[in-house]
Amino acid sequence: MRNEDTNSEAADSGTAENSRTVESRRTATVDGRPVPVDPEPGQCLRTWLREKGSRGVKKGCDGGDCGACTVIVDDEAVHSCIYPAHRAAGKTVTTIEGLGTPEHMHPVQENFLDAGGFQCGFCTAGMICTVASMTEEDKKDLPRSLKGNVCRCTGYRSIEDAIAGHRNIDPGNRGVGSSTGALAGPGVVTGTVRYTMDMDPDELPAPLLHAALVHSTRAHARIRGIDTSRALAEPGVVTVLTHEDAPSKRFSTAQHELVGDDPKDTRVFDDVVRYYGQRVAVVVAESQRAAERGVRLVEVDYEDLPAVFDVETADSPCAPVIHPEAVDVGQDGAGEDGTGQDGTGQDGEDPGIAHPQDNVLAEVHHHRGDVEAALAESAATHEATYRTQRLSHMALETHGCISWIDEDGRYVIRSSTQIPFLVRRTLSSLYDLDPDRVRVYCERVGGGFGGKQEVLCEDVALLATMATGSPVKLELTRKEIFTATTVRHPFRMRIRVGADRDGKLTALAVDVRSNTGAYGNHGPGVLFHGVGESIAVYNAPNKRVDAMVLYTNTLPSGAFRGYGLSQMIFAVESAISTVGRKLGIDELEMRRINIVGPNDPMLGPHDEPEEDLLIGSYGLDQCIDLVNHAMERGAQRWEEHIAAGHGEELSEEWRIGTGHGIAMIATAPPRGHIAHADIELAENSIFELRVGTAEFGNGTSTVHAQLAATMLKTTTDRIRLKQSDSDVVTHDTGAFGSTGTTIAGRANEAAVKDLITVLQKLAAPRLGVSAEEVVIAGDQAVVAGSAELCGEFAAIVGPIRCERSIPLETLRAEHIARTGQPPTGHGYWGGTPRSVAFNVHGFRVAVNMSTGELRILQSVHAADAGVVMNPNQCRGQIEGGVAQAIGAAMYEQVVIDESNGKPVTDILRQYKAPNFADLPHTEVYFAETSDELGPQGAKSMSESPFNPVAPALANAVRDATGVDFTSTPLTRDTIWAGLVEAGVDSAEPDDGKTIAT
Amino acid sequence: MDMTCVDEVLSCADPDSWRPGDSWLAGGTVLFSYGTDITRGAPTRLLDITEAGWEPTRWNTCDSRVGKVDGRVGELEIAATCRIAEIYGFASAGNLPQPSSAVPNSELPGLDLFAPCCDSFVASWKIWNASTIGGNVATALPAGPMISLLAGLDATALLLGPSGSRRSLPVADLVLGEARTALCEGELIRSFHLDIATLRQPCAFRRISLTERGRSAALLIGRLLDDGRIRLTLTASTKRPHIVELGDDANHPATSAGLHAAIDAAVEGNWHDDIHGSPRWREAMTHRLGEEILGELLAWQTIPNRTGDISMTRRPA
Repeated sequence: MRNEDTNSEAADSGTAENSRTVESRRTATVDGRPVPVDPEPGQCLRTWLREKGSRGVKKGCDGGDCGACTVIVDDEAVHSCIYPAHRAAGKTVTTIEGLGTPEHMHPVQENFLDAGGFQCGFCTAGMICTVASMTEEDKKDLPRSLKGNVCRCTGYRSIEDAIAGHRNIDPGNRGVGSSTGALAGPGVVTGTVRYTMDMDPDELPAPLLHAALVHSTRAHARIRGIDTSRALAEPGVVTVLTHEDAPSKRFSTAQHELVGDDPKDTRVFDDVVRYYGQRVAVVVAESQRAAERGVRLVEVDYEDLPAVFDVETADSPCAPVIHPEAVDVGQDGAGEDGTGQDGTGQDGEDPGIAHPQDNVLAEVHHHRGDVEAALAESAATHEATYRTQRLSHMALETHGCISWIDEDGRYVIRSSTQIPFLVRRTLSSLYDLDPDRVRVYCERVGGGFGGKQEVLCEDVALLATMATGSPVKLELTRKEIFTATTVRHPFRMRIRVGADRDGKLTALAVDVRSNTGAYGNHGPGVLFHGVGESIAVYNAPNKRVDAMVLYTNTLPSGAFRGYGLSQMIFAVESAISTVGRKLGIDELEMRRINIVGPNDPMLGPHDEPEEDLLIGSYGLDQCIDLVNHAMERGAQRWEEHIAAGHGEELSEEWRIGTGHGIAMIATAPPRGHIAHADIELAENSIFELRVGTAEFGNGTSTVHAQLAATMLKTTTDRIRLKQSDSDVVTHDTGAFGSTGTTIAGRANEAAVKDLITVLQKLAAPRLGVSAEEVVIAGDQAVVAGSAELCGEFAAIVGPIRCERSIPLETLRAEHIARTGQPPTGHGYWGGTPRSVAFNVHGFRVAVNMSTGELRILQSVHAADAGVVMNPNQCRGQIEGGVAQAIGAAMYEQVVIDESNGKPVTDILRQYKAPNFADLPHTEVYFAETSDELGPQGAKSMSESPFNPVAPALANAVRDATGVDFTSTPLTRDTIWAGLVEAGVDSAEPDDGKTIAT
Repeated sequence: MDMTCVDEVLSCADPDSWRPGDSWLAGGTVLFSYGTDITRGAPTRLLDITEAGWEPTRWNTCDSRVGKVDGRVGELEIAATCRIAEIYGFASAGNLPQPSSAVPNSELPGLDLFAPCCDSFVASWKIWNASTIGGNVATALPAGPMISLLAGLDATALLLGPSGSRRSLPVADLVLGEARTALCEGELIRSFHLDIATLRQPCAFRRISLTERGRSAALLIGRLLDDGRIRLTLTASTKRPHIVELGDDANHPATSAGLHAAIDAAVEGNWHDDIHGSPRWREAMTHRLGEEILGELLAWQTIPNRTGDISMTRRPA
């Protein structure tokens, strides 16, 4: 960066006569209002529009690849993040907010609302502007016309429905069982709903400062010094903060209810960098531009240290110790299970690393029966090593937060997070603040997928606010997401499995190495969860688990949808199919023979079943049958389709195969997950429901409103939801582990029951009946009997007068007169006991034996979600989970140069998050069960649809080609290489050949 | 993304105004997607050439370099600032040489390559409203589909440099490697020139990507020359365009074996390697697509095999 060039004046007459400084005082028309065009040099249209208040325009990938920033310039749709702002002069710019408003929507906005064509909604503004610019011809070829628009949540089916004008949302704002639309829907489709960065700076108590991070350019080094003088001299730079300004305390960026569950090995800024990309300093400036320019002027003096990148050699004596600071502090091998965790969470004590001198973060070893003997006697055995890759969550909204000091002197952090309460806890501990002096909250979050169950930016923003006293914004770039946040843990899994002649499993053994990268964060939890339900879903007399998670000098791994299960299930499900094939047993039959039944103990890596994990309802058998039947129907349809002359018959180069996978998952994380909820009878018979859990497209806000509306015999438009704010309820562990419905829902249920009790007691004397005879319905308390009919009626037509009833308004007034408070119910759920949910996936695929092309001909998913709260939303969660899993199985990979630890993937176009053209439609079926433990019979359904997809695909490819593929992703070049290596490219499949790819 | 390295943006297409640290700004879709200039480093000034007023496309009645004036259309000139949206719509928008009756569609099959090459962009059609043909060539990425199109049609580029320098270079020679061109300091691409004789030759198009409508992993364009030889342009699978010729007077016969030998001799094992396809797969696909093109141009098969997700549609006569 040639800083000295910065202020070269126009006195330099290097500009020729025919060049002129781009006229900066011209105007553009933005959504109908004239705006002077005065951008910073090199500013893109997106930033300029947002600065001018058009915050419906979203920053997704910031490189032109995701379409979230789409706006219409003079009737042409463009990606405003790569459109030079100065070109807006003299032009008309229409953003999502100019297209229509919540009161007067554009037809495309109405269609997206009616179809429920969004989840987190962060892509929606750009998606709608894109569709609004399409011709009818464009709409007939969506694989082409939606190229470059990424939706990470839906899997595109509901978007396709929106474009076609299909309605998926039930009218009437009904409760449980209805496909009621998201409460925020009108705001989402009009671009007026607020995400983290959509705050008006005027709402802040002082001018906003902007932060940008300096990242390590070494894989492992000690920092000898940081020269900030040139950065500080850059105009606009306020301060530069380094490890010298940060607390020396170590914490874990990972967050769970128990602090001690996650290893404390991370500092806000460290004087040792352990991976290429680790943050080293933060530049705080009056503008984002100045902050970014300042970053390039910070000079870091490194002393290189030896590094290790390969998880297989990370524990060898030659490998450098990545966390030597823990060697002296940690008690090596603490704990019976070798996890080294004491759960105390006290600072300065055990950091929770099993064997720091060997770079072993955690391990688990469990032997049940005699695996070796069982394998020796088995009719068929299979042994193979499976591998899974690094994945990026690719939530369209990057991590980011704004921190400031409010008028009471409290620190407020508005963040894109799944866990506001745990962020508050960690920040107050890090900076020795009373928790009451810290407030953390989020509005709508633009996708999470596990990536935001972590403190990755809030600590730095708060440090900057504490240092400057000013509001500070820290918004991570997409490059930072790829290179300096977290990825899914790469797993290496050696599986050994044996079965007798009848297909009954005799032994199941796994040997696992997980790579946590340079920091431990979710390493232990992901490892333990990964080897849990994946193993426990099968009955086998002999089981063996040897699993380790190790440090390397690479980008840290973190929580990712499935939390270790997607990796393990890929290996276990591939292996079960293979051993079945050796016995000539169909893969679904193989499952029927061996799966855990409703009364069987679920045995994972422990001698006894987890004591609080129960089968609250059992639908795995139904799921298998549902998929089986759907696949049979699909095969028949395909034959009829071809016979009828529709579509092209695949040439001889193509081979067709089918494959399946099953998955079990606990409906909530172990070791505590807490939720509080309050519900208040507010004015006008509106209920204000307060929950801690966050909304990031998971749809739990709708479900919460539906749960309450059902119990109160009213409609969801009478429920006002306040959520995800540490000020709103006492505590909520957070929205992870698919707990938004199962745990916060239980707390909600309890709160509503509590409120109903309060109202019943108030109404009973007035109605002259006992409290139990009073029913709350609509805006009335009524006497049971008359109430049932009346209540149902009220739910449909709204407030009505019933015989023997009293308006809730009256009860509210009475309660306030007596206590000074409106009637309020309080609820709590401690997260235990837990149940299990089931998912089964089936694929029919065609593989081109010459090119490696893989086509999905049919995709079928069956889920046991208990009682389905909102069918359209639940279907959307499943389709989205399957879509993300197909991305993981076929396309996506975060690449790190394994020779030096340098990140390779740093822009979305190098990371193939599926576009419309990349995904099939998935048929979704639900088992009919009702869970004993979940709210109104519901189970979790956010993470789990992801888990059985990759093995189902690999099993289908195996069936088609005769070649086992043991690594993901199954890209065309990988499949082709596998076919060539097996010698079966364009030839007859040669059964039994195994290759490691 | 914002280019925070930039201090000044000028509207300027004059190479004499160029100074070190400058980058030419055309559509801006590549510069702004990286926040820097991947071909020369972070610029401090952007010289915006899009207001130069260059006519996007025009039919020249003669080849100005030869000076032959006989009233007949000699070439298609495409300005560097012509946007991809205009290239895509060119063949279907009645942009034929005037008088149009003189040259029916069927006599210019080369124009049929324009649309599939545009569709080979991994970028959305919305990007085409800003991206330019010159910008795609100057970025010099292996998968640059305008490089494929222009090299596949033997186009030359007119380059303007400081002090009035002016030279022509075949597009296939202008692109030297990944993000590397033969452009000198301060030199810009003014226009591309396509001989109408080339556009008259039968042509064929094939491409494959790791994903449906993803970034090209191999993109081949073949033409049947007037003398019966086949000229095949390999792009995307290689670091720069390679042109091979097959036929009686060429070094390699127009057979499968000849094709493989010609390709291997041209590429010398230097297959492109990145996340969008392994070198070995790209090599195999280049051979396969080349064979399909040979089959199509030499009418080996009545219904030629069509690998890939994008195909060329022939316009009706």
